[in-house]
Amino acid sequence: MTTLSGQSVSIIRGDRCLCSDLAFSVDSGELLLIEGANGSGKTSLLRGITGLLTLDTGELTLNGVPVTQIWQSFRGEIIWLSHRVGFKADLNLWENLAFEKHLRSTSNTELRSILKRLDLDQIATLPFGFLSAGQGRRAGLARLLMGAGRIWILDEPLTNLDASGQSLVQELITEHLTSKGICIAASHAPLEVDARTHRIKLG
Amino acid sequence: MSDKGTSNLFSGFCAVVRRDLLLSWKRPGDMLNPLFFFLMVCTLFPLAGGPTAEQLQLSGPGVMWVGALLATLLSLNSLFVSDYEDGSLDQLILSQQPLPLLALGKSAAHWLTNGVPLVLISPLISVMFQMPVQTITIMMVTLIFGTISLSLLGAIGSALTIGAHRAGSLLSLLILPLAMPILIFGARTASLSMTNDPTAAGIYFLGAYCMFALSLAPFATAAALRICNE
Repeated sequence: MTTLSGQSVSIIRGDRCLCSDLAFSVDSGELLLIEGANGSGKTSLLRGITGLLTLDTGELTLNGVPVTQIWQSFRGEIIWLSHRVGFKADLNLWENLAFEKHLRSTSNTELRSILKRLDLDQIATLPFGFLSAGQGRRAGLARLLMGAGRIWILDEPLTNLDASGQSLVQELITEHLTSKGICIAASHAPLEVDARTHRIKLG
Repeated sequence: MSDKGTSNLFSGFCAVVRRDLLLSWKRPGDMLNPLFFFLMVCTLFPLAGGPTAEQLQLSGPGVMWVGALLATLLSLNSLFVSDYEDGSLDQLILSQQPLPLLALGKSAAHWLTNGVPLVLISPLISVMFQMPVQTITIMMVTLIFGTISLSLLGAIGSALTIGAHRAGSLLSLLILPLAMPILIFGARTASLSMTNDPTAAGIYFLGAYCMFALSLAPFATAAALRICNE
């Protein structure tokens, strides 16, 4: 059982307070959905949870331990996927994913089967920059399947994807939650995931 | 267990070096531009400055060092920008590998793709400046230490300026003061060797400076990346 919770979290960007005194808690198998209009600070809050952005007040705890004390292992637990997928335009998917493998602990699933599942095996040898926006987002999903992290942090996971891609994302999230993972997502389109869902409304 | 730990420690470093080398292999222009800049400065200067052997010998080390310094600065601008823009910097920071080692990997790859070509082409330029053989060797040694230091120090400046677009001049302002000792000692040591004066002191200094940068710059770069990627 894993619990990620935040206490009195505030994020201030410039002179705008994006969220103040926010508290949340997600257990294994649960989804935390962050909602709000454009510019309300969803991405900032997600980045705050990953640790990319320093929280102005408050702290995050993983199973009761402040994450600032366990950065190394906390980073091993999270997988971050945003609109900037983080792949090099000049390298193909194989090369990009091979690099990712060295950055964090990975699951044992074979890369070939991951690409097949995401329907990317035909384009895996093309430079990433040649792919369409939707294919790029789809490729980002490979990071989720490849990584061993139990906490998925997804920024607008459905953007740019076609209908089959969107249902694939929802299927992956459901699977992840069923296998006792945690998912934290910001999304405009409703995520149809059959799991216990917490909601945070920003703005 | 501990064996596995050390191999893991350097797997991130090696992966970054390998990836960046692969990237510059696929896009050789980024690597060749600074080299051409260096070549142009060094070949145009004698044409403008006067062709006599004494003049060339007198100005040679200085011109080559200024050219190498500016060429390196030129290439440092883009060290972290593409990582920042495509989001892979997020992934580097969130990786389980220690960020200073990954930053060191970036510097190492930068030196291999920019510093090494400069060092390798320097004998050719030295001959154009009518330098004696012992000076050519000294020039290469000082350039090796100097370019390593510049790749390491430049990474700090490059990391600090990722958020600021087209920050070339800002980067130069940040890095040039730190690069002054390298320039002064590098050019002066090469000049001294032409008159057969002792050069060991200058080389020791450049070596020490290089070690200093090697031990501290990766940590500073990592801290700068964390702050500036917010």
